[in-house]
Amino acid sequence: MRKLLLLTTVILVGLVFIARLFYLQVYGGYDYNIFEDTAIKPEYTYPKRGYVYDRNGKLLVANQPSYDVMVIPREVEPLDSLELVEFCNLLKITKEDYDKKLERAKNYSPRLPSPFVPQLSKSDYAVLQEKMRKYTGFYIQKRSLRSYQTTIGANVLGDIGEVNRSIIEKQPYYKLGDLIGKQGVEKTYEETLRGIKGIKFIQKDRFNKNIGPYKEGKFDTLPKPGKDITITIDSQLQAYGELLMTNKRGGIVAIEPSSGEILAMVSGPSYNPNLLVGRDRSKNFNKLYRDSIAKPLFDRGLQAMYPPGSPFKTLNALIALQEGVVSTEDRFSCNMGYRYGNRKMGCHAHKSPVNMNIGIYESCNAYFANVYRRIMDKYDSPAEGMDNWSKHIKSFGLGDYLNNDLSVGQPGKVPTAATYDRGYGKNKWYTTFTISNAIGQGEVLATPIQLANMAAAIGNRGYYYTPHIIKNIEGDTIPLKFTTPKYTTIDKKHFEPVVQGMHDVYNKGTAKNLKVNGIDICGKTGTAENFAIIDSIKTQLTDHSIFVAFAPKDNPKIAIAVFIENGYFGSRFAGRMASLMIEYYLRGEITRKDMESFVLRYSLEHEYRKPYSGEPFGINRQTTLEAISEEEYENLLNLKAEIPKS
Amino acid sequence: MLRENQRRFKFDWITIILFLLLVGFGYVNILSASHDGEVTSYFNMSELYGKQLVFIGLTFVIILLILSLEAKFYERFSSIIYLVAILSLVGLFIFGKDVNGARSWYGIGSMTIQPSEFAKFATALAVAKYISDIQTNMKTLKDQIRVAAIIFIPALLILLQNDAGSTIVYLAFFFVFYREGLQQIYLIVVISLILLAVLSLKFGILATTVVALIALTVRYFFRKKKRASKLQYILVLFIAVGFAYGVKLFYEHGLQTHQQNRISLWLRLEKDPVKLEQMRKAEAYNLIQSEEAISSGGLTGKGFFEGTRTTGKFVPEQETDYIFSTVGEEWGFLGSSAVVLLFVFLIIRILYLAEAQKSQFSRVYGYGVASILFVHFTINIGMVMGLIPTVGIPLPFFSYGGSGLWGFTILLFIFIKLDSNKINEW
Ligand SMILES: [Zn+2]
Repeated sequence: MRKLLLLTTVILVGLVFIARLFYLQVYGGYDYNIFEDTAIKPEYTYPKRGYVYDRNGKLLVANQPSYDVMVIPREVEPLDSLELVEFCNLLKITKEDYDKKLERAKNYSPRLPSPFVPQLSKSDYAVLQEKMRKYTGFYIQKRSLRSYQTTIGANVLGDIGEVNRSIIEKQPYYKLGDLIGKQGVEKTYEETLRGIKGIKFIQKDRFNKNIGPYKEGKFDTLPKPGKDITITIDSQLQAYGELLMTNKRGGIVAIEPSSGEILAMVSGPSYNPNLLVGRDRSKNFNKLYRDSIAKPLFDRGLQAMYPPGSPFKTLNALIALQEGVVSTEDRFSCNMGYRYGNRKMGCHAHKSPVNMNIGIYESCNAYFANVYRRIMDKYDSPAEGMDNWSKHIKSFGLGDYLNNDLSVGQPGKVPTAATYDRGYGKNKWYTTFTISNAIGQGEVLATPIQLANMAAAIGNRGYYYTPHIIKNIEGDTIPLKFTTPKYTTIDKKHFEPVVQGMHDVYNKGTAKNLKVNGIDICGKTGTAENFAIIDSIKTQLTDHSIFVAFAPKDNPKIAIAVFIENGYFGSRFAGRMASLMIEYYLRGEITRKDMESFVLRYSLEHEYRKPYSGEPFGINRQTTLEAISEEEYENLLNLKAEIPKS
Repeated sequence: MLRENQRRFKFDWITIILFLLLVGFGYVNILSASHDGEVTSYFNMSELYGKQLVFIGLTFVIILLILSLEAKFYERFSSIIYLVAILSLVGLFIFGKDVNGARSWYGIGSMTIQPSEFAKFATALAVAKYISDIQTNMKTLKDQIRVAAIIFIPALLILLQNDAGSTIVYLAFFFVFYREGLQQIYLIVVISLILLAVLSLKFGILATTVVALIALTVRYFFRKKKRASKLQYILVLFIAVGFAYGVKLFYEHGLQTHQQNRISLWLRLEKDPVKLEQMRKAEAYNLIQSEEAISSGGLTGKGFFEGTRTTGKFVPEQETDYIFSTVGEEWGFLGSSAVVLLFVFLIIRILYLAEAQKSQFSRVYGYGVASILFVHFTINIGMVMGLIPTVGIPLPFFSYGGSGLWGFTILLFIFIKLDSNKINEW
């Protein structure tokens, strides 16, 4: 037995060692990752981020250098109190900040770099650069920040900000402190704009001294500059749209029908994109983000879903013609509305009976209720009729995401038979249950960009291009899906009577006061009822004002949808603004000064305050308009004069 | 003629191959751990790898010399060799030079010699000589004390020169004594003392007392022969508690701060995270670096000359005591396991050969060789992987240094010579 003591001990120790090695190297050992190797330090060179130009070649977004103080916590050597005070002074932080920031960086990772003080000012950088070597574990990383050459288009251009940890986990390209597109084209074209950063791997010794490139630079890469992009926005039109939107909330989307290019995309209220650059970005962003009433970050042109109202009637006319259930001369009578069962869909006073042309320009609810019933009744069951109708509507890009290159969007809603089956039970509903769809109320929801696209499809007489924001990428082509027409289910020949009806809206209908001499505009007014929960009571507010138009009538150059929250009837604000935008785009100046001064002069701010005032308030007919002061008005006119011409 | 032939093949080739593999692989790792930039000449004498190559070359001269001497020489001259070794250790107090606070080197020109490396085989010879004496009986206290004195003298001298690591190596002879008849009770006492020390440091005196009380009570009721009285058991308990208390006192007041910290880190005694961090920074820097270097090797390692931490010299003393971290980083789990296995095989082979010896001198000496190699191997690799508190001793055949390499080579090859001679021993 005595012989065995050493033998067994040796074997035991051998096994323990191999188990320990297994634990360290195989079980607990990580897959080798050069980025996690303390002996190797990657040094990044950030490429120039691509510039952004508008459709006329005007530079909108450029770059400015920025310097971040980065920290690698495990390399930090404790500073004596004098050094610490000096360092904190240089960084303009307090000693408590210093401890807090260091702790936070350590919690993230002791071995990976974290931003310590991001985005130094140029003068701070100059002073600090000299002394940086004294502070082991800290270094300065140069990056490029955005420099906006304009104060408009915040919702279009978007911004860049520091990546968060969940992005880093999903996309290892990004390291803490890197910047990434957060909104707008910065987000959708992030990979195009950012380029690829260059990496140099440096071999370090244990004193953190560089001892040369790792493996003679075998793994090093050069930075690849980001590509410049040209967007479809006409910055002059965009600026004018934002000016018109002053003191209002809503969205304007203007599209070039022949290409699907988005000419303007206004969301009110807007903000200056320069707010989201530099050290104050997160503070300013949070302020915008927390404004839950005005919601400046909510892009109303893309995200606001509402019943489209009367403009939707044009589609029902087109479907009826396509299905052959009415001719343009079929007449229906209207006696202040349409009765079905013991219910009535109201209408306003106008001559009767009504053919398609009158139906459109008078926006007769009774006419479209009849047309809608015919579309549905063509089929044996309401379900078949509904699905067929739904298919036609969806072919105009409604009811689904447009699948475009904008960073946000909403699908809207187009009901199908299944929608009502769910609500009422299979085969337990009739056309009269869904009759509101005839006039764009009921279950239909659409966003302003979908309505603008619908107008473009009508203007094109039957097809559209997916609305998009990218016009040109330096040294690259834009996606094919933006240059391929998408056809609606309506034959070309059926469009002319509807287009004529929309033109007559301007000639003798609900928009006859919005006419612009010399421009043949086709349009359609609309309103959307809306409600808010105030003190947990569902309360009706003043209608939203909606207008959809395109111009000129033949070969249209612009299709537009305007949507103004609580603007009341369609022609009051939305219609005026649409006509002004069209004239401004086509003519470069405004002849209808009266319309312009109306829009600029009247504010809806009081309307928006009403529900929160705690006082009882009236809506629609009971509202009054409130003008801004003469001084403010002059100010707006000056702003208009300052819009750079392109 | 026939006799000549027999002579040529009688050395144990398995041991020699294991030795060559260890020295060869050791050199490869020293090359990696010590090069700066490109290796222009392997014989560059201003670099450690160049010097080590010369040391290895001289090793073969030493081997030839050892093998060419008569086997009987070592037994006959063991006392003189031991005496010379002791004198060389004593001489350090007068002629030695300080390196890192330890006075364990002779400087001859630019060369340095560390006599403690040679004292090991000398002590092993002396121990073998004494135990194999026909009059020696390891069961008697008289002989136990005398043989303990043989190892105590060099151990004490080395301790006085502030080289605690090399002192601990002499505990290896416990295995030899036990093999040669030391009573079972010593083994029990040694294991109990180790347990008591660890318990009292980790869980305090009260917990240790309770454990000791339970252990002794169980032992008392399940004893086979009623040799010991209740009183004796109580006495043992008092001694155990006294020892535990002594260990605690010694830990708190007898040790230097850095020694205290190493033990504290090993047993995870410090709970305050701030103090722990400071302690780790101060004491465990080498250990943290070497553990990380080893871990980063993964399964297959980064490859020869490819270790980023080795290249950056992140692990201090990576050519000497921490050479195993380079093995771990560049050769991974497979390479470092292979090194562990080589050592295990070598020690087992020596044990096997020792048991096969016909002369007690050869057997005891062989056991001494195996024990010394085992203690070095265990402490060094255990330390580099964080299993044992930091104790600075080299990894045999691997670590950079002439004295160490030669000391271990002489130690091993005297045994190979003795083993080759067993045919003539009757
Ligand atoms: Zn009517």
